[in-house]
Amino acid sequence: MAFFTSPDIPMMTKLLEVVYIIIGIICIYTAGRNLFDRENPSPWGTSLFWGSVGIVIAFGRWLPNIVNGSLILLMSASAILRLVKPGQNLTPTAEQTKARFEKIGMKIFVPALSIGVFSLIFALLGGNALVGTGFGVLVAMILLFAYSRDNRPKVFFDDAARFLSIVGPTSMLPPLLAVLGTVFTVAGVGDVIADIVGRIIPQGNVTAGIIVYALGMMLFTMIMGNAFAAITVMTVGIGAPFVLNYVKDPAAMVMLALTCGYCGTLLTPMAANFNIVPVAILDMKDKMGVIKNQILPAAVMIVFQIIYMILIK
Amino acid sequence: MEYIKLLGILIVVLGFALRLDSILIIVSAAFVTALVSGVDIVTLVETFGESFVSNRSMTIFILVMLVTGTMERNGLKEASSALIGRVKGATAGIVIASYGIIRGIFGAFNVGIGGVAGFIRPVLIPMATATVESKGYKVNDNHLEQIKGMSAGIENISWFFCQVLFVGGSGALLVQGTLANLGYDSELIKLAAIEIPVALAGVATGIVYYYLRDRRLCRKYYIKEK
Repeated sequence: MAFFTSPDIPMMTKLLEVVYIIIGIICIYTAGRNLFDRENPSPWGTSLFWGSVGIVIAFGRWLPNIVNGSLILLMSASAILRLVKPGQNLTPTAEQTKARFEKIGMKIFVPALSIGVFSLIFALLGGNALVGTGFGVLVAMILLFAYSRDNRPKVFFDDAARFLSIVGPTSMLPPLLAVLGTVFTVAGVGDVIADIVGRIIPQGNVTAGIIVYALGMMLFTMIMGNAFAAITVMTVGIGAPFVLNYVKDPAAMVMLALTCGYCGTLLTPMAANFNIVPVAILDMKDKMGVIKNQILPAAVMIVFQIIYMILIK
Repeated sequence: MEYIKLLGILIVVLGFALRLDSILIIVSAAFVTALVSGVDIVTLVETFGESFVSNRSMTIFILVMLVTGTMERNGLKEASSALIGRVKGATAGIVIASYGIIRGIFGAFNVGIGGVAGFIRPVLIPMATATVESKGYKVNDNHLEQIKGMSAGIENISWFFCQVLFVGGSGALLVQGTLANLGYDSELIKLAAIEIPVALAGVATGIVYYYLRDRRLCRKYYIKEK
């Protein structure tokens, strides 16, 4: 409590912590729902997953690192042992959504866009973008309640729990990959790669560095099927030693390298969610039918981005 | 023997390529890297905790889910299809291109409108094929296959290159975290701004390419029959 009453801590930091507490509560709510969900084949494992991550998100700031770390490993274990399952499916029927559309109509776009608008406004005014996201979500909830009194807090929480259960453990990949990146940095993995690559491309030739970094991101993403995993590895190994040290805006280079990775995502059957699952959902004959339609745009975009990166180096 | 430190990276690359469980790959890579680099187990667990807490920003999408599902419940999908339906004189290519623009705008605001299962199959494909049928033709099988491929393609292209415009999107947050590990500060708003040309070029490439491709396919399969 001292944290929230202390005058020394900036308002935005306190509000951000409130945002994390709400996120944690959503996870813990998801854990509770699944625990009492008779249709969930694995209520305990699912609750363990969402419960432990919820505690770390909500209260991690005040818990010792060893406790946070153990909870994250517990969360990982329940996912690895395949104990995390979606429960009861409460998706609204087409009749329900159609009836609501007839009542609300195009006004539904206002809450939909409010989240992004407030994130942007807060960021532009020098506040925290994530607090802006939270504010936008609040505004969206109030608008939705104004449109229809059926949209009560319980509906929002149930729908959030439903979506979280659908995305499942995969949704925790970005923070876990960031953790892995920290471990790589602590262990000095980047220096070793830099040493190897340094024998092929000389340090200081930024243009060559950019091309290798961008194409490497695309290629690694194609092999791994995941640009988020690739960016962690490529930035520690190639980005930092060959590009970041020599450019005006290192952050821009890493961000653009990520979208170079997305060109790789467009080209690989490894990114099954995007390229192979749609083939099945749409009953297509050619298993590579989606990828074939993406080859030209991906090629255009990788060239565009490499030129862009070289121009702003 | 410094090269043994690369074992963790090898695990990540092989693990993802062999489609093993993603979380298993990440945790094993972290443990193996710590083991071969002489980092003890307590320090490793503490690093897990400390790093996860400082990267909690990447879970902001959970907060957005408070309204995602409820907006779907309140007819967001129906409203989007009504919006595309307002485009006059549509061809399949124009329907796909309109969707690409709307998907891109929503992507930039971090809003999903159903994806392949929720929107493209039930709404977009029927709208695209209706443009052919309304001219009195039966939809050619290969044209239908290509309409499906292009629809899934524009979904991916618009979403990938426009989601990075959202200030506080998970991609930018991961980039910010990666930069912080290496000792660089970064601002989310600048990370979004740098992607504006990429997003515009990405959507433009996608919609122009698919529009032209559909026009060629239409000429090939329908006009000839006259």
